[in-house]
Amino acid sequence: MARLNLWRWGVFGLAGLYFLVPLAASVVFTVDVPGQGLTVDAYTQIVGTGGFGSSLLLSLELALATIAVVLLLMVPAMVALRLGAPKLRPVVEVVCSLPLVVPPIAFVAGIVTVLKWGPEHLSRTPLFQTFVAIQNPDFPVVLVLAYVVMALPFVYRALDAGLRAIDVPTLVEAARSCGASWPQALVQAVLPNLRGALLNASFLTLALVLGEFTVAQLLGFRPFAVWIVNVSGSQAQLSVAVSVMSLLVTWLLLLVLAGFGGRSRTTSRG
Amino acid sequence: MTATLPRVDTAPAAAVKRRRRSLGWVAVVPLLAFTAVAFGLPAWAVLDGAFTVKSTGAYSTANLTASWQGAYLTALLGSVKLSAVSAALATLLGLPLAQAVVTSRHRALREAVLTASGVLANFGGVPLAFAFVATLGNAGVLTRHLGLTDKGWDLYSFWGLVVVYLYFLIPLMVLTITPALEGLRVQWREAAQNNGATTAQYWLHVALPVLLPTLLGGFVLLFGSAFAAYATAAAIVGSSVPLITLQIADALSGNVLVGQENVALALSLDMVLVAGLVMAVYLPLQRRSARWLA
Repeated sequence: MARLNLWRWGVFGLAGLYFLVPLAASVVFTVDVPGQGLTVDAYTQIVGTGGFGSSLLLSLELALATIAVVLLLMVPAMVALRLGAPKLRPVVEVVCSLPLVVPPIAFVAGIVTVLKWGPEHLSRTPLFQTFVAIQNPDFPVVLVLAYVVMALPFVYRALDAGLRAIDVPTLVEAARSCGASWPQALVQAVLPNLRGALLNASFLTLALVLGEFTVAQLLGFRPFAVWIVNVSGSQAQLSVAVSVMSLLVTWLLLLVLAGFGGRSRTTSRG
Repeated sequence: MTATLPRVDTAPAAAVKRRRRSLGWVAVVPLLAFTAVAFGLPAWAVLDGAFTVKSTGAYSTANLTASWQGAYLTALLGSVKLSAVSAALATLLGLPLAQAVVTSRHRALREAVLTASGVLANFGGVPLAFAFVATLGNAGVLTRHLGLTDKGWDLYSFWGLVVVYLYFLIPLMVLTITPALEGLRVQWREAAQNNGATTAQYWLHVALPVLLPTLLGGFVLLFGSAFAAYATAAAIVGSSVPLITLQIADALSGNVLVGQENVALALSLDMVLVAGLVMAVYLPLQRRSARWLA
């Protein structure tokens, strides 16, 4: 048994070394600048650096819009599938898993092509204005559309786990017998029981959007992750400092969430 | 659960059922319509573009042929090699870590490792890349203090990328394999011991055969994850290691020969095919491994 314990702590030790050293080294990298000694300039400069505020704000706005759209689309659909229409259930499951088969880079290649149809084929139709509008750099709706698609597998899994734990038909029937309308039954009887799952889905989507780089960069927009890469060329210390901060904030959010909703596992990358 | 209730086949019940079914359609149609536009259109664009020659507009397989030649083929093979090597290493390293987690008696430690794995496996990307640049890059902390450059270390190389990829692949493996390890019954080990088997024999003849479908499935999933990764590679190596994702990004940014604009779409289609293949292998393996865990 002693041998087994030794073996186990050896494995944990090596894993801890591998997973913690890069984080510790990043912190050292940002405060111990060659030729300047110890300094926290990298952290105090973050807020004042051009583009920090606007790119972070853009990312947060995109995240909020994505969460709102994906929940509005998914919650009614998933609840309705529990109430009836069993034939639709596999359809929705497949639709929500499809983004896993299309890597983000292939997806964005498709989006770029579709966006080119605007100027190439549709310039005399009213649709052209729509194409221009969804690419407004102040708030690129096209990114929200892409992020909603990319969030579908995560949100599906989170909501499915939540719905599995409650008896939706009974809840709705009880609410209806008490005279509630359909929307009332959904909002006041079902949703409160799904609080954990909704929170889970929202945080996963938030983390996805805040860290997303591929689609935003290749479509030429500049939310937070793209800004970090752009700024890294001229200010290495600063970009690492922001990276450390954003990793820590994301982990804190997700750890808090895991504490809320018990052990949550997601086994696939978007 | 309706099956356990006494069925009364009256008109109102049928009407309620019908209404529920139509309600299901009403609630699902927006979702389907949204994905048809936001996902279906780009998917169609990739498929259509991959088979269209830009200059003439005619359908042909020229783009796909081009995507299997020269620099593109090198990139495709580079991606396959990088994904295969890092997925294999992550599988080998993830298994002992998961076993240590599962057999640990400290509940808090287990929960912490599994939660951290969930985070690391899904949300690395750009910040992760910069953490490694700060640690092992040319001016990185470890590189400077340990003089790694003189010893031949280079983060911006194939093996450099492998080290970075392991950072999100090992946690993904731990998450995939933990349920299977939890499903190994104590009785099996005891039965093997009673029959005189050593620990090595138990693992070789009992545990590994049961775990094999999960291990293979995990490997395939890791392969797919590494194959699709772009942000990490783009932030670290630029284009010093040939990878298919970097080639697609390059082509989308306009750095291609005239007449080959649609090769990026053909390359994307190649990636979708590989990802589809990954899922086609993974799902049956997952079902197979579920047989023992029930």
